[in-house]
Amino acid sequence: MGLVWFLVRRILTGIVVLWIVATGTFLLFFTRPVAVVARGLAGRSATPQVIAEVIRNLGLNLPLSEQYWHFLVQIVWHHNLGYSYYSQQAVTTIIAQDLPITASVVVGGVVLWLIVGMCVGILSATRARTLFDRTATLAVLAGYSMPTFVLGELLIIGVFLPLNEHGFDWIQTGYAGLSTGVIPWMGHMILPWVTVATVQAAIYTRLSRGSLLDTMGEDYIRTARAKGLSERRVILRHGLRAALTPVVSQLGIDIGYFLGGVIVVEEVFSLPGLGFDSVQAIETSNLPVIIGFVLVASVFVVVANIIVDMVYAVLDPRVRIA
Amino acid sequence: MTVSEMQFQARASESAPTGGGIEGRSQWQLTWRRLLHDKVAVASMVVIVVMVLLAITAPLFASITHHPADMPFTNTGTTSTGAPVGPGTHGFWLGTDYIGRDLFIRILYGARISLFVGIVTTAIATVAGVSIGLIAGYFGGWVDAVLARFIDTILAFPYIVLALALAAIFGGSLTIVIGVISFFSWAGISRIVRGQTLSLKEKEYIEAARSLGAGPWRIMFIDVLPNLMGPVLVLATLYIPTAVIFEATLSFLGIGIPEPTPSWGSILAEAQNYYTVAWWYVVFPSAALLITTLAFNLLGDGIRDALDPRTERIFAAGKGRRRRRRVAGAVLGPAGPASVAELGE
Repeated sequence: MGLVWFLVRRILTGIVVLWIVATGTFLLFFTRPVAVVARGLAGRSATPQVIAEVIRNLGLNLPLSEQYWHFLVQIVWHHNLGYSYYSQQAVTTIIAQDLPITASVVVGGVVLWLIVGMCVGILSATRARTLFDRTATLAVLAGYSMPTFVLGELLIIGVFLPLNEHGFDWIQTGYAGLSTGVIPWMGHMILPWVTVATVQAAIYTRLSRGSLLDTMGEDYIRTARAKGLSERRVILRHGLRAALTPVVSQLGIDIGYFLGGVIVVEEVFSLPGLGFDSVQAIETSNLPVIIGFVLVASVFVVVANIIVDMVYAVLDPRVRIA
Repeated sequence: MTVSEMQFQARASESAPTGGGIEGRSQWQLTWRRLLHDKVAVASMVVIVVMVLLAITAPLFASITHHPADMPFTNTGTTSTGAPVGPGTHGFWLGTDYIGRDLFIRILYGARISLFVGIVTTAIATVAGVSIGLIAGYFGGWVDAVLARFIDTILAFPYIVLALALAAIFGGSLTIVIGVISFFSWAGISRIVRGQTLSLKEKEYIEAARSLGAGPWRIMFIDVLPNLMGPVLVLATLYIPTAVIFEATLSFLGIGIPEPTPSWGSILAEAQNYYTVAWWYVVFPSAALLITTLAFNLLGDGIRDALDPRTERIFAAGKGRRRRRRVAGAVLGPAGPASVAELGE
């Protein structure tokens, strides 16, 4: 019961956050002089006739409150985010095309990020002050100081180019859909995954290491050891559960940051996903596409945060009451 | 607590703004001394100072080499096929970029942008973050509820996406870049300062200050703040590399510092098309970026270790072996804005 009620409450706050983001986006884009907005939506090379048409079609000369209502109704009721000025495609269609690519990066990246981050963190904590721990600490600091795009470029120069020169062409840049087979798909995704995961994993290695070390000093761990449990069981069953809570709560905060990394990775490896296309949209001042992508990104962050909160609530029962 | 102790506390807190009093100063001196014993931290400081000097003297190097940052040398700076020339050719110390501009000079000018943005945004974010955190933590109640919610929202927002939106509206510029980075950086500091203030305000010396008639602002900024300077200093040092990376990323995506002003991010974005022909074009700007961020991160770690007396205690409580400082730092909580949070909570 507690958990269900908690979920309902989180979804409601999520909706409120999305409404705030939508309103903020609307205010940012539509409260400037009508001519400026129309020019932005019509594209750089639009003729005065086209601009006049855009103003008429979108009702930009209507009072702001009516425009706002129209904006919300279009999104919520008609699922319409407008049309790309250049290709005349619906923004929703573009998003649907890009989503599998971005999802590939995100899912693989998150899995690699968490597995590597946690495993190295746990190994470091259980082997504190050994050579492994020190090497890991140093590697983590380097990874943490590394901008995502620098790592991506270095991987292209240091791994992709030499390997391809020697005829090993499994690892590729660009994108191949899952329909071309799992193996080629992974070959295209492996460098983006490594890139996006490394920077994030670095932070989590330190976080889980510190957290587990703190937990292992608690009295109840000594109790668990004293009653004769194997060290493995003490760490995995007793230590890890408590140690994971701060890690999970940090996860919610870092998802926005992670999304930034995904945008950069798509740009570096020429993956035509949401990030790549949003940078393109900026370069061509394609406002409908930008607005659509901002909203989609916010939905992603809100949903991901709800999932993180649920995991957190399962790990730490105190959260459900608060 | 006796009356004389209370008077002493009050007097100590009154003298705090003029120099921290004798107690406070010696504490900072101790920290400084501990920092100087940390070889890694000293090396990082040296690297940072060299970097700052190079950035300041960039015009000097430009006049020595007669290569202004934005001038393309189509004859000497590019090969007959139009590709960049390598390091050491025709007096280009680190080679040239895609239209024959001097890469070394552009990296130096890029350092100006990176360090300026890093330091200015960190200063703005620290002042704003500390003030908002103090207000939220000290006043509590609905003020705290609203501010804490706001802080959480900012922390969870995909900032690059908003930066994209803002760049689309206003066009990239130094002001926008600094504004965006500051806007997304203060929240982390606020969260920690708020947590610390919540526990500090229950301390007896605050009660004493209040009973002596000190107002809320005086208590916040004169009694509470000096006790937070340690974590804030660590956070600020660790925020500089984050801001440097942030700026480089924005410029890399083409929404940061506009052309032709060199920024490490935009240089690396241009280099993307020249991977196969010009390794120096990628390697040197990357190295500059990496050395800078690494130096600030190591220094931040060192400052935290030097500030935190717990470091010593962990040494003593360990298995009897002296540990390296960096490892001890990690015991206290991971580096980075995210993790110093553990210090505060």
